[in-house]
Amino acid sequence: MTGSRIRARDWGWQHAGRDAPAVAGLDLDVEPGERVLLLGPSGAGKSTLLSALAGVLGGEEEGDESGELRVDDAHPSSRRGIAGLVLQDPQANTIMERVGDDVAFGCENLAVPRAEIWPRVRHALDAVGLDVDLDRSTAALSGGQRQRLALAGAIAMRPGLILLDEPTANLDPAGVLEVRDAVARVARETGATLVVVEHRVETWLPVVDRVVVLAPGGGAVADGAPSAVLDAHRDELAAGGVWVPGLPVEVPRGARRAGGPLLALDGVRAGRGGVPVHEAVSLEVRAGEALVVTGPNGAGKSTLALTLAGLMPAVEGRVRATEALRAPGSGTSPLREADPLRWRPKQLATRIGTVFQQPEHQFVASRVRDEVAAGLRAQGLPRADIERRVDELLAALRLDALADANPFTLSGGEQRRLSVATVLAPAPRIMVLDEPTFGQDRRTWQELVRLIAALVDERGCAVVAVTHDADVERVLGDRRLRLGAP
Amino acid sequence: MRSRAPSRPTALDRVNPVTPFAAAVLYSVPMLLTIDLVTAAVALGAWLAVLGAAGIGPRTVLRRSWPLLLAAPLSAVSMLLYAEPGGRIHAELWLAIVSDRSVELAAAIGLRVLAIGVPILVGLAGLDPTRLADGLAQVARLPHRFVLAALAGVRLFGVLGEDWRQIALARRARGLGDTGAVRRALQAAFALLVVALRRGGTLATAMEARGFGGPQRTWARPSTLGRADLVLLVVTFAVVALAIGTSLATGSFRPLWEGVR
Repeated sequence: MTGSRIRARDWGWQHAGRDAPAVAGLDLDVEPGERVLLLGPSGAGKSTLLSALAGVLGGEEEGDESGELRVDDAHPSSRRGIAGLVLQDPQANTIMERVGDDVAFGCENLAVPRAEIWPRVRHALDAVGLDVDLDRSTAALSGGQRQRLALAGAIAMRPGLILLDEPTANLDPAGVLEVRDAVARVARETGATLVVVEHRVETWLPVVDRVVVLAPGGGAVADGAPSAVLDAHRDELAAGGVWVPGLPVEVPRGARRAGGPLLALDGVRAGRGGVPVHEAVSLEVRAGEALVVTGPNGAGKSTLALTLAGLMPAVEGRVRATEALRAPGSGTSPLREADPLRWRPKQLATRIGTVFQQPEHQFVASRVRDEVAAGLRAQGLPRADIERRVDELLAALRLDALADANPFTLSGGEQRRLSVATVLAPAPRIMVLDEPTFGQDRRTWQELVRLIAALVDERGCAVVAVTHDADVERVLGDRRLRLGAP
Repeated sequence: MRSRAPSRPTALDRVNPVTPFAAAVLYSVPMLLTIDLVTAAVALGAWLAVLGAAGIGPRTVLRRSWPLLLAAPLSAVSMLLYAEPGGRIHAELWLAIVSDRSVELAAAIGLRVLAIGVPILVGLAGLDPTRLADGLAQVARLPHRFVLAALAGVRLFGVLGEDWRQIALARRARGLGDTGAVRRALQAAFALLVVALRRGGTLATAMEARGFGGPQRTWARPSTLGRADLVLLVVTFAVVALAIGTSLATGSFRPLWEGVR
């Protein structure tokens, strides 16, 4: 099988109802079998281009197309299964209940004869190195396995073009390598043309042979061999949020003055339905100190975070708030109850704030401004105080221009910043963050980590961060807890 | 192809999932039209014996049909107290009158709920959504786009359970749980709706990218009718015949249109 040829001439796309085009004036030629890494700042139209190449951008009611786009001399939306597409969210890529059915789905839609489908399914699963039973429930797969399953589903259709939209952004380091290696093997074996969108360049350098940089509304601004493009555009790529190799992120930390303990964990084992998922943990969460929790997938990091944040009961052991944490917040009386799980929501939010892994779960309002204000209104603060606090937070997190936007329409990085702002609003003494930097570009990463560091160093907050990110661990790891360590 | 047999196969797993629906109609229509005790009792007894022989033991039956064990007594008690009185009056309190007639009706109704409900619930509750979708599209010939979209929706439903949990926790974490319970639930439900719409949107994109929506498609898993399906329909017919036959033979047969004396 040979790869597809891509040809774009002055191509552009403007989503319906938007003021500016997502992509404009793009000229691009990709030869069969080329492996292209597509870079550019957020808003440069990388995902739009991938969707267009996959033929899933939609019809006239979805937006306006200009110029010419061809995959093997046909418009991509004119032929089914012209390209295999893997999306960022592993959950979104899974369609069927069972592994074998999920891989077969694309073949069925292309009307491949039954006798040919199952050999294709087995071959595709072999190619991505997913050695699980065909009857295995897709719900039981890890993120890395799910992404490889999605890749298998795509290549079972035998497309000449494979499109990957940040396929490893939501994965832990082991999952990232699993998927990267599977893609490399598939590209080598099938000879398909490959287009990858990713912020994390270093991961993909061994796989790609060409880098194309898109600019917002400006088409391709750089194009060529990876090392040449990266050398020539290092600084502007980094400023645009790309993780350029050999350019480490640094966030300065202030002088540390660890304060007294706020929360004490005594032999705590967290879990669901009475089944503990990790070994017993005894530690103190102290003011002015950041604690980083690491460990492999399924080690119980997130569950432990929810438990110490007063959101889930511990299966064993006790979570106890110290006098310092129980002390009155803004105008309320000190708490007698030491178990955060028994506090009322209002009492909890002023003491322990939790930033969830998926920002969407946290949003309650239809405007960014109201979203930040919601927690403060629940506290019954005076209106003028709320307005002032909201303005401060929006400015600090670079969200002031979006104050009237709907939280659900924001980009991934903006949603993450907003979710942090909402939790910061009631000024909790402890911040619990679950994978705060997952899938973030370099720029958002630096903003977030700088903000978290400032909370600890300047405001004397305690931070508990669950993360797979080695850079977060390096910068914020005043103390470290590793769960499920061999 | 590796075997896709479930861990504990029963006779029902050999049946095309569409057949239990046909059997349910074949069974429930005559049963709904009769209201006497004997028909219901014989049918229920016969089904329990058939299910047992098919490898579906009492524990599975109880697990799948427990809502009926609540519904049946409830409907029986309301009949007992509020049916139009007839025969000897046993007890009376305001509107509630327990009479010969209401005792008989109560027993018949309670038994009838079980006789119709238990076999249907047991037969349909264990159906695998994927096999059912295959059957609906290939055997019942429903439009495949509709069937597959519904199947994907069923899987999404499981994911939404976890979303709901996270939304509830996130609201508490933000200090928003102190308002009224109704308002709280409505707001959380709205948040879930938004998340569901977005999940549905990305799922649609993923399906479209895999070529979903074309006029022609093949099926990796064949869904056909076989001897097992015929057996299920014959057994169903036999149970109906046995129940109504016994009832007629003992002189207690009473169709719906005659009412109760």
